Amino acid sequence: MSESSALRVLQGLPASGGLAFGRCHMLNSDSSPRELGLPDDEMDIFEAARSESESELQRLIEQSDELGGEILEFQAMLLEDDSILGPVRSRISKGEPADAAWSAVLDGEISEYEEMESEYLAARAVDLKDLRERVLRSMAEPGSVQREIDCGAVIVADVLGPSAFLEIDWTRAGGLALGRDSATGHVAILARSRGVPMIVGVNGICDIAHGRAVLLDGDAGTLTVGSSRQLSKRHEQLADRLEKNRAATASFSFSPAKTKAGRRITVSINVGDPAALVSIDPKICDGIGLVRTEFLFARGELPSEDVQTRQYRRIVNWAQGRPVTIRTLDAGGDKPVPGLTVDGESNPFLGTRGLRLSLLNPDSFKTQLRAIARAAALGPVKAMLPMVTATSEFMLAREHLDDALADLEQDGARYARPELGIMVETPAAALTAGEWPTDFYSIGSNDLVQYVTACARDNPDLSNLSDPMHPAVLELIGRTIQAANRRGVEASLCGEMASMPSMVPVLLSLGLEAFSVDPSNVAQVKMAIAEFEDA
Amino acid sequence: MKGHDAEIQWVDGKAKIIDLVGLHARPAVKLTKLAKSYKSEVEICSGENRNWVNAKSPNAVMKLRADYNSPLFVRASGSDAAQAVKAIIDLVDRNFNE
Repeated sequence: MSESSALRVLQGLPASGGLAFGRCHMLNSDSSPRELGLPDDEMDIFEAARSESESELQRLIEQSDELGGEILEFQAMLLEDDSILGPVRSRISKGEPADAAWSAVLDGEISEYEEMESEYLAARAVDLKDLRERVLRSMAEPGSVQREIDCGAVIVADVLGPSAFLEIDWTRAGGLALGRDSATGHVAILARSRGVPMIVGVNGICDIAHGRAVLLDGDAGTLTVGSSRQLSKRHEQLADRLEKNRAATASFSFSPAKTKAGRRITVSINVGDPAALVSIDPKICDGIGLVRTEFLFARGELPSEDVQTRQYRRIVNWAQGRPVTIRTLDAGGDKPVPGLTVDGESNPFLGTRGLRLSLLNPDSFKTQLRAIARAAALGPVKAMLPMVTATSEFMLAREHLDDALADLEQDGARYARPELGIMVETPAAALTAGEWPTDFYSIGSNDLVQYVTACARDNPDLSNLSDPMHPAVLELIGRTIQAANRRGVEASLCGEMASMPSMVPVLLSLGLEAFSVDPSNVAQVKMAIAEFEDA
Repeated sequence: MKGHDAEIQWVDGKAKIIDLVGLHARPAVKLTKLAKSYKSEVEICSGENRNWVNAKSPNAVMKLRADYNSPLFVRASGSDAAQAVKAIIDLVDRNFNE
């Protein structure tokens, strides 16, 4: 994927699919400080701003569709909520300026929401920020600002609240890129419901000059800055590809994957944060072949058993009886977790990562196994051990699982024994696959390619050598599948290879019968499977 | 604000959150609005921690963090307490008309 040097690609996260090509329209939201009046005057200023904000919101609610209106209604109701108004009024009567009192109370609430373990609730902080800004704006200068937007413009801001989103004329604006916010926030929900392409979490977004040509790719999560001539050509190519994908999606997503001869192939999906599942219909897949649990550990502290159980249960509930494979923590290598991974290893990819790290931290490993077993009470769940080389590691992990289950039994908890399997990522595991007493195999092709070709995954100079089609890689994949067949257990493949339609024929001819792919690639992979002729 | 008795008489009820995301903003608004339509004091709590909160405060309801499949307890005190509890249980059981 080489880019012309004049184009600058900013990487963010996809929040709402589609393309937008136009001029960058920067939004700024600054409120200036005001002079302090007497407590009674300040109280009046606050009440006036509150009632103005309330009627502004009511007006917006009437103009919005049902979804937008209900989101704004939450804000409007907060303006009547005594748990917020009480503390604000008491601060003002003690002599605080109206805006400072309002900000202080709202900021307190906002940080409470932000600290919540559920990403959904943490995202509600954006609603409170939106409300805080609206009332502050009303105190600073009554009447909100009308924004003139170029046709097709891509709206760019560090943050944007739902009400500000609804004030933008989306018949003119073409897309939205935010420096912060999450893909599960209200703004992202609104953008998806309206088909507005949107990306979030873009670093360096505020450095783009207002008026520059930009191309937003809501599926890839990128914002490209460059000359309008270059971007227009790129836009054309991408739009063409997108159109083809959409056509494919429509016909293939919801039917089970079958080869031309009608042989059934399993296609599951890979997921990280379960919040992303909200916008995916479970009917498009045969289950979840890989849950990356690292998202739970990204906050720099170890998640409790209850927090983990809750998240795993959400995923199991989403799957509605389809099998869910949860990978135990795969930290280390290129994925450090503060307080857990070993710092300063000279070669982290060959270091204490995956199961090696879990076995060094038996307490947190057992916590995770308990949470997985508790979630398994709600539906079929498998636990997958990453980065294994010796069967003794598997035996140790199984002992930990036995211990965890015995403890759960003693605690009288609801649980079920998950199947226990390995991720085949090292040549050692692949070459000895038949000797592992594992319940299933899942081939992690990304790391397998790295370790077979001796090419670090993070070194772009080696990208042509780190080739998943290298005969040595294919040989090991084939051997693993054969070993699994001999033992009568499942072998699946969950690396990037499985998501690439061009790789599907070779994987099928190696005997692979279970793919686990990125949700956005399900349709294309099913289509490639349907074109395959069994020998 | 309180009922006429010195000792508060509560009417209790229990329902289950069946929305996958749990009790989120839109349902929280619906619940609050419904609670506000009754004269009685209405409180709810969720899960293991029995922290009763005012069902007429959307902020407090939101912060309950009532999860998917978690039980939601409702209690009310006042002249229309029984109707209030029944109406809220019905709303939760209908999955907030989502």
